[in-house]
Amino acid sequence: MPKNHTVQDLHLKNLTKRYDEFTAVNDLTLTIPAGTFFALLGPSGCGKTTTLRMVAGLEEPTSGEILIGEENIVPLPPYKRPVNTVFQSYALFPHLTIYENIAFGLRRRGIKDIDKTVKDMLALVELTPMAERKPTQLSGGQQQRVAVARALINKPDVLLLDEPLGALDLKLRRQMQLELKWIQKDVGTTFVHVTHDQEEAMTMADTVAVMNEGRIEQMGSPVEIYENPKTAFVANFLGQSNLFSGSVKGVDGDLLAVDVNGVTLYVPKGKTNITSGKIVIGVRPEKIKVVDVDTPGLPKNQIIGTISDNAFVGVSTQYVVESPWGQELSAFEQNVDPNDLGYKGNKVVLAWEPRNSFALDPDEDLTAGIEPELVSN
Amino acid sequence: MTVTSKPRRIKTAYLLLIPGFAWLFFFFFFPLGSLLATSLKRPLGDSPEAGFAYALQFSNYSQAIAEYWPYYVRAFSFAAIATLFCSLLAYPISYYMAFRAKKYKYLMLVLIVAPFFASFLLRTNAWKTILSSEGAVVGFLNFLGVLPEERILSTSFAVILGLIYNFLPFMILPLFISLDKIDKRLLEAAGDLYATGNQRFWKVVWPLSIPGVVSGTILTFIPASGDYINAELLGGISDKMIGNVIQSQFIILRNYPQASALSFTLMAIVLVFLYLYLRKVGTKELL
Repeated sequence: MPKNHTVQDLHLKNLTKRYDEFTAVNDLTLTIPAGTFFALLGPSGCGKTTTLRMVAGLEEPTSGEILIGEENIVPLPPYKRPVNTVFQSYALFPHLTIYENIAFGLRRRGIKDIDKTVKDMLALVELTPMAERKPTQLSGGQQQRVAVARALINKPDVLLLDEPLGALDLKLRRQMQLELKWIQKDVGTTFVHVTHDQEEAMTMADTVAVMNEGRIEQMGSPVEIYENPKTAFVANFLGQSNLFSGSVKGVDGDLLAVDVNGVTLYVPKGKTNITSGKIVIGVRPEKIKVVDVDTPGLPKNQIIGTISDNAFVGVSTQYVVESPWGQELSAFEQNVDPNDLGYKGNKVVLAWEPRNSFALDPDEDLTAGIEPELVSN
Repeated sequence: MTVTSKPRRIKTAYLLLIPGFAWLFFFFFFPLGSLLATSLKRPLGDSPEAGFAYALQFSNYSQAIAEYWPYYVRAFSFAAIATLFCSLLAYPISYYMAFRAKKYKYLMLVLIVAPFFASFLLRTNAWKTILSSEGAVVGFLNFLGVLPEERILSTSFAVILGLIYNFLPFMILPLFISLDKIDKRLLEAAGDLYATGNQRFWKVVWPLSIPGVVSGTILTFIPASGDYINAELLGGISDKMIGNVIQSQFIILRNYPQASALSFTLMAIVLVFLYLYLRKVGTKELL
């Protein structure tokens, strides 16, 4: 595969797709830089697959533009777009051999002497010995690689992946995540990957866009959006969060002091534009230390609570702690030294560094994005 | 428990097979054997009333072929033409049902099966009325002056038309099933891989529908080649097929050995055709 064939940025401009009353994609504008691994993450029904299908040319946008470099590809039929797709559950041609599946795109374009290209591709996805088999004779992971190879061989500017790992079991999915990432680095094509699995998105992508109800909620590197979610939906959908409604009490150096039901919690000033009035602050469960009451030298943010449930999961213990105002908080204590705090009814202190807090707009629905699997089905 | 349960299960399986085997024995193998035995009988006198005796009179077969080969040729030609036109008509219909009809798919299926609720004989008779020389169809076509014989009934054309009409559903159903089974995402994938509309059909849909084409042509050709109703009701004296010969040998002339030998010959030829056909298209892909 050519490492250096020039690929161009993909721009979506005010892209909208409406079905009768339902707006699947709502005025979406974003730029996906050439050569990056980009993940569109969201619960089912959020519009991510519709967005992908519009780029592929399988759905027509209601309005808006899709540009690759300078060219608007919306008027082009699918087969004229420099875009190829890895379909959910692969859609391999059952009547053709693996070789012919991979050669399909080249043959349709009437390219001659394809044998070497196809064989190189088979080697890239490590399927050389399977060339003469039919798709049904391959395992799920192998079929997945055929689907990737069949699309990549056409050297698209953009490779679209529609939940490509959904049909695989957990272990294989982990392995394929790394393999896909490796293939992407190797060929340098822009990958746009649609998934509802936040871990998958974060493992693979350079940039993750979290989508909800047809809009992008937040976009950034996995670390950026995980550490500093900007909306309650992102905070809850991408991992877990404890969110507190409170009001700003004042400024303490670089920190904003927030009153939450009589407890003062701190958040870095730089993480929010809010300087007074109502605010929501949040913290990830793994940032919280669960310790005995009266432990000295604790971080500045502290809540005293009662353990209402605990689960030992090996790498960590997951606590559910009830705060004085009745909110259930979640905290993950890494299993560095086994501790014996895990009794229900024990009083403990939840403590975390102010720099690990993040701040949200007070109008947020704090339950948005919780348990997306249950909500979306 | 576990030691005895397995043999018991096998016993149950055999018990369940008994009704099926019994049916096959009494209503297939036994009549077939009887037909074979009859086909080799020799006459005891000059008229059928004298009866027949069991024998090994192979001349029944040579006579059947020598005397009636044109009827075989006509039957297979008519059946082949009917099968060809059935597939040409059925493919677009099945394609539409499988890919385009969406919510009307099953309504269309019901409409295609609906004629089966009326008897084969009645429906063919209805065509006799429709195509009669006094009818509006023939009148209009004669007005246009396009009918060389100025009639449709009692022509080969009418017989083939009847065969096409009567066996079309047998072509549509297997075709529809194989087309409907095709994963629609394969078409999207083909389009994504630069296939034009034509190529999507010839490279994806057509190869995947071949099992349906094969079973449809078999289900149409075999009964059509043995049919006699259409030739009887819609054809003329020179349009008789081998089915008509067998029918008249059995029912009118009561020359049972001759009729049986004709039937067996028909079966044998069809089996040879079937074998050659399946070898040509390759059964491995069908199963």
